[in-house]
Amino acid sequence: MSDANENKEMGTVTTIYHEFEAWQVNRGEKTIHAKRMPGFFRTIKNYTQLALWLPFFLVPYLRWNDKQAILFDIQNRQFHFFDIMVLPQDIWMLSLLLLIAAMTLFAVTSVASRVWCGYFCFQTAWTDWYTWLEDKIEGNPAARRKLDDAPLSLDKIKKKTIKHALWLLLALLTGISFSIWFVDAFEYWNNLIHLNLPKVGWVVLALFGVGTYLLAGFLREQACIWLCPYARIQGVMGDSQTILPTYDVNRGEPRGKLRKGGEAGPPQGDCIDCFQCVQVCPTGVDIRHGQQLGCITCGLCLDACDAIMDKVGKPRGLIRYASLDEMSGKPVHKLYQHPRTLVYVTIILIAMSGIIYGLTHLGAMSLKVLPERQPLFVQMSDGSIQNKYAFKVLNKTDKDIHVKVTAESGIEGQVLIGAENAPLTHHGRGTSFTVFVKVPSKSLKQEITPIHFRVEGVEDPTVFAEYTSNFNGPKP
Amino acid sequence: MSDKHNAGDVPTTGHVWDGDLADFANQPPKWWMLGLTASAIWCVVYFLYYPSIPVSNTQSFFKGIGGWTAISEMEADKSIVDEVRGKYEAKLKDMTPAAILADSELTEYVTRSGKVLFGDNCAACHGTNGVGAADAQGLIAPKLNDDDWLFGGKIEDVHTSIVGGRQAVMVAHKEILSAAEIDTLANAIAAGTPTSTPLFAEKGCTACHGADGKGMQALGSANLTDGIWRFDGSVEGIKYTIENGVNAGPGARVAIMPSFQAAGKLSDAEMKKLAVYVYKFGK
Repeated sequence: MSDANENKEMGTVTTIYHEFEAWQVNRGEKTIHAKRMPGFFRTIKNYTQLALWLPFFLVPYLRWNDKQAILFDIQNRQFHFFDIMVLPQDIWMLSLLLLIAAMTLFAVTSVASRVWCGYFCFQTAWTDWYTWLEDKIEGNPAARRKLDDAPLSLDKIKKKTIKHALWLLLALLTGISFSIWFVDAFEYWNNLIHLNLPKVGWVVLALFGVGTYLLAGFLREQACIWLCPYARIQGVMGDSQTILPTYDVNRGEPRGKLRKGGEAGPPQGDCIDCFQCVQVCPTGVDIRHGQQLGCITCGLCLDACDAIMDKVGKPRGLIRYASLDEMSGKPVHKLYQHPRTLVYVTIILIAMSGIIYGLTHLGAMSLKVLPERQPLFVQMSDGSIQNKYAFKVLNKTDKDIHVKVTAESGIEGQVLIGAENAPLTHHGRGTSFTVFVKVPSKSLKQEITPIHFRVEGVEDPTVFAEYTSNFNGPKP
Repeated sequence: MSDKHNAGDVPTTGHVWDGDLADFANQPPKWWMLGLTASAIWCVVYFLYYPSIPVSNTQSFFKGIGGWTAISEMEADKSIVDEVRGKYEAKLKDMTPAAILADSELTEYVTRSGKVLFGDNCAACHGTNGVGAADAQGLIAPKLNDDDWLFGGKIEDVHTSIVGGRQAVMVAHKEILSAAEIDTLANAIAAGTPTSTPLFAEKGCTACHGADGKGMQALGSANLTDGIWRFDGSVEGIKYTIENGVNAGPGARVAIMPSFQAAGKLSDAEMKKLAVYVYKFGK
């Protein structure tokens, strides 16, 4: 790029390789030891991480009516959410929930870039906690680098052992906490302590334990840069209106070391090239190169730069949350003038109303009636026509109930056979039984007559479900 | 590589293409070499553990040191299935079909395996789901999903039919009755009112079909007053049945239910299962 002659010789493609050299991405060749500095965004990050992930550890222990309050009971195919029980038949709501989650991610990202990555993501959070432990045990980044390079000694072994033991403990706790969302928490602990988990339980625990240990302990920012698809997806959600941690080039450049008072030299920008922004960065990028792949927009460089600006007596905000429009001097739009965000919000609202509808219309019972198709109907010896129906009743209440079956077809002389003694429906799973409907052939006016079935609780008729099927007969 | 991007003193393979293209002679990464070695070892172990080498001329093969066979794997799977079925099968042994029917859980189990048994042993004549199967002469075997039972529709009757088989006989009447008499009878029967003609009693039809023409289940004689026909229910069809009889030599209608006990094909439990399954068709 700087060498015009070379470009002419080698073609413009070569410029890509020059750019490559300027990319500030650690490709895993060095461990990043980020400095921990207090500050506004550091505090926010501490709280947001805990707000999202402390419940992950604690909520499974919450009890409700002697049962786990929130339990994704995959084995029995039931999801419990306090008083609500969601069965696989209602799982369509899950797709709406996922849609909401995706759209919220998109909306937030389009407004304020990778907020998820910087403040909430488990990879960021766990890495942060792991490095916090590291910091407490091995000391500050300089001490850590020194320790890494030092030859093996008793002190080094001690520190490393403690660190890895604590890491593994946190990893194990993570694996356990994940598992107990899917099985009863106290039962799980009991089984775990007695080494009595089922095989799948051990596999899940091992996967999540080892996964956490490797991802948060070793892979760290490499997971964000090379592994995580969401990082890439979120990259395309931003536009020139999106605010993100930005280095104010106009104010900062040309950068240069701080001069002693009165020292003469060429004009200088506000950036004193102290590299604090790079040192605190958990992914090791230099924000002064602008928005880039490695940046998870956690705001820690803002804290670092502001602290320095305070010290050198210059205004804060050399690195600040700003949009590309703002930095290039274009008019800044209001949030409601951002059509992309409005579209996301609309989709979120539609999906939310879908879920609210679903949860309020779950019903305590559902019914499916499948008419026998081979044969469609049977002629009985007295000339009447009989149809056979397979009933599938899903009882979503918490007890087994007997149901009364009724049918309404408008055909004169209709007789319902097979459900006289109120079949028992089991709670939490489907119950099948067969019902026959017999009508005199002379009452049949057409080949196909709609027939309306209803099942209702014998003791509590408010628990009911209905289904419309067909009654088949010969051509009249 | 071009001079511009020479990666220092890494040796090349020595081949140069197009004047300036060369390959680095780098070692593959260690993890990759480990993977390759592990795969090679795995191949050998797998080859030795499982059946692998066919031995020519002997129709034989190296059986592997693990002793694995697909058959034994299948047997192991089957024993798991048998274990699940075991507790039901043990109960079935000493139960009557009626007792099975009274137990809703067992009925559920029995109808499920009954479906397969019915498909294998019964559906050829009785049709899938007992809808009946017809040939030019009418039904090959009776429909099982209605409420008309030649030999009785109680669960015990159905079970007896399966175990012992059924075969009723109606003699050919073409030598016994005149054409006019047969014609009169056939028309009366087709109308559903066999007793409307005095011939029905005079010629001895009542001996088997009953004084009211409703049949006798002990003999397996058909009810001639309902709308269900074992054979062709048209006047011509009825005449043919009267003339040639049923199971009465050449030309007669054939209606034979084989004994499944005599055939030895089904176990006692299986015949009980089928009885319940068939009984549930129409009830």
